[in-house]
Amino acid sequence: MRNLSVAQGVAWRTLHNVFTNPSLLLPSLIFPLFFFTAFAGGLSSITNVPGFDFPNGYTAFQFVFVLLQSAAFGGVFTGFGIARDFESGFARRLLLAAPNRLGIVLGYAVAALGRWLVTAAFLTVVALAVGMNVSGSGIDLFGLYALAVIVNLAAVLWAAGVAMRFRTMQAGPVMQFPVFLVLFFAPVYVPLALLHGWIHVVATVNPVTRVLEAGRGFISGDPTEVGLAFVTAVALVAAFSLWAVRGLRKAEAAG
Amino acid sequence: MSAFADQVYLLGRRSVVRTVRQPANVVAPLLFPMLLLAVNSGGLKAETHLPGFPTDSFWAFALAVPFIQGALFATMNTGTDLARDIQTGFLNRLSLTPMRGITLLTGQLGGVIVMSVAQAAVYVGVGFAVGVRFASGPAGVALVFVFMALVALAFGALGAFAALRTGSGEAVQSLFPAFFVFLFISSMNMPRNLIEASWFRGLATANPVSYLLECVRSLIITGWDAEALALGFGIAAAIAVGAFVLSIWALRERMARS
Amino acid sequence: MPDPAVQADKLVREFKKGPRAVDGIDLAVAPGEIYGFLGPNGAGKSTTVHMLTTLLPPTSGTARVAGFDVVREGPQVRMRIGAALQEAALDPLLTGREHLRLQASLQAIPRLERTSRADELLARVGLGQAADRKVRGYSGGMKRRLDLALALVHRPEILFLDEPTTGLDVQSRTALWAEVSRLASHDGVTVFLTTQYLEEADVLADRVGIIDHGRIVAEGTPAALKAEVGRPTVEAIPASEDELPRLAAILERFGERVTSPKGVAVRLADGEVGLADVVRALDAEGLEPENLQLHQPSLDDVFLAKTGRSLEGAGDEDEEQAGLAMEST
Repeated sequence: MRNLSVAQGVAWRTLHNVFTNPSLLLPSLIFPLFFFTAFAGGLSSITNVPGFDFPNGYTAFQFVFVLLQSAAFGGVFTGFGIARDFESGFARRLLLAAPNRLGIVLGYAVAALGRWLVTAAFLTVVALAVGMNVSGSGIDLFGLYALAVIVNLAAVLWAAGVAMRFRTMQAGPVMQFPVFLVLFFAPVYVPLALLHGWIHVVATVNPVTRVLEAGRGFISGDPTEVGLAFVTAVALVAAFSLWAVRGLRKAEAAG
Repeated sequence: MSAFADQVYLLGRRSVVRTVRQPANVVAPLLFPMLLLAVNSGGLKAETHLPGFPTDSFWAFALAVPFIQGALFATMNTGTDLARDIQTGFLNRLSLTPMRGITLLTGQLGGVIVMSVAQAAVYVGVGFAVGVRFASGPAGVALVFVFMALVALAFGALGAFAALRTGSGEAVQSLFPAFFVFLFISSMNMPRNLIEASWFRGLATANPVSYLLECVRSLIITGWDAEALALGFGIAAAIAVGAFVLSIWALRERMARS
Repeated sequence: MPDPAVQADKLVREFKKGPRAVDGIDLAVAPGEIYGFLGPNGAGKSTTVHMLTTLLPPTSGTARVAGFDVVREGPQVRMRIGAALQEAALDPLLTGREHLRLQASLQAIPRLERTSRADELLARVGLGQAADRKVRGYSGGMKRRLDLALALVHRPEILFLDEPTTGLDVQSRTALWAEVSRLASHDGVTVFLTTQYLEEADVLADRVGIIDHGRIVAEGTPAALKAEVGRPTVEAIPASEDELPRLAAILERFGERVTSPKGVAVRLADGEVGLADVVRALDAEGLEPENLQLHQPSLDDVFLAKTGRSLEGAGDEDEEQAGLAMEST
């Protein structure tokens, strides 16, 4: 019960600060929209590449990537906030007040999700407004957004672990860079089958590829590798949960 | 005149030394563009199969991007350094000496040009390493360095103007997303004539960054494309002149205030 | 005898490549007591508080707060303590009231009680009117008062205050002292207060522990500690520099010489009654000092007696030496 109370307090404060400060809110809305525009708008002729066979068009193809990207970076941005809290000393207040400090991490995760849900809603509305073709059923779409939620959780746990180890905003690139790499070494612009050479090898072993392909399957109404995608995403959450908890212990030990 | 040149050299050297002593300012302009180049060259290689794509090497197509991306970082570094000079009172100290403010500006921009040309050498080297050959030959390579100096001057002056106008490093940093938008809503990843979405094509056509990219790209892929060179150099020069004039004005205003 | 509210046994904290910040502290604070932890900057006060409040694990030794071990039973400790640390740790984007709401949530105060508790505390610390302003607009004194209110949200048994009045004006300081005294006397809260201000320890504390270089060098009530050092000092400032040696020779007949920045000072062997003899002796020698003062012993005298250094300025020296030591490692 106390854990929930702590998590509630941390989540409330984080979300309050984000939603009452345009400088924090707007980038998380605008950047995904910007990437969606740049990719879906600028690269749409890729559908003319021989072998590009995604049935629902390039807008839907890119929407899935941008949705997952926004989920991942939503988690990372919350990590920036955690680092800022440690750097400013505010985290000390949380560590002092919380009987079970895992509630603090839970609170940040809830905040990351809350923040991302707004972005996801905004992005979805825009994508539908520009005529995105969706063939997936309600269950398929639930699957897509569920995957994104798990990605968001994995990302915030990764970023939290980094933030609690470094306890400074200078750790921002350490949080961001690997996420950027993992996202962009996936089939971002074309399906996996149209990648060749080293990038094909990297994308094949990249766990995000499973999630991305499953997401695109959901939106096109042709679910593919669903089990593998969810297992992969949940495994990432499990791994980064350990990472985050150990990060918390390191922060506690450092005082 | 020699005193002016001497001071510009010293301040330019100061600008270079300051940059080099902040590893992030050296590594970021090299690492991020190269990373994006690697990612996009792998991920967008299939584009080369599009009818009308100007080359069968996406490396050759995409190599132009780091040059312009590097210029973005030049903007940020110049602006941030100048903002720091304002915030620490260095500009105030300068106004108490016979040295004219334009010397500081010229020195700062000179330093940025030196760093950008050094970065350009890295990009050219990487291009050669992955098998890209300049269709315009050694003269084209030399012209790329000249162009980069001009683009660095242009973007550096923009950063300087932002810093002198606002006096704040944070305000300069907040410009980064705007420049990012200019880079992405361009012919960065797709030739303009192959962009299907007419609204995007229109934006890319109106975006001066498209012409800067196409200028470098033409030297790599095409050889000597007079139109692309004229547009690229012309736009870069126009930005450089405009931004430089604005910077001088902002500098005068600031030194009059201090 | 009830169990101590705060108890430390050979508490040590070592930092990597650094000095031993806390070097074997033993202390026991009775329930309801105000315990003053007095020492210069860098003495180990804050490190001790961080260990007692479960923010920092000890390198060795044990500590129990409210009957619970700070390492093994941290959650139970945290439920029973409040702390206002050296840095107020406030969020500039939240209002005072929002801070209290957050703290109440963190401390699992029932939802229905949160608003009334916040109102009560805001009124108590004099922030009622500023409650709905963002903290970034608060003065230093207001931030400290809010910090105290936050530490009291859950009615803790034990309150840790780490240099609570540093940087405050006289009025704010006095108000805070009044509140601390009230907490102890009316609410029975045990207060563990660290300070570098002699007057604060003297006025507030039931007992004082003086810490230097990570060790407690003296402990007791302020009166007892001063009585230990005992005798008052007389200080004379000569009318001219030439008279200094003669002045010193006369005064040294009446007690041992102690430090004086401007003149001569001796600790009177016979106590206050010796003052009359000093005056007579000066008169007999025809010496008329510019100033003659009698000083009762202070906690600084206690520190001086125990460490050979004055408390004021001791911290700056130590920090410089610690800095030099760190540079050379």
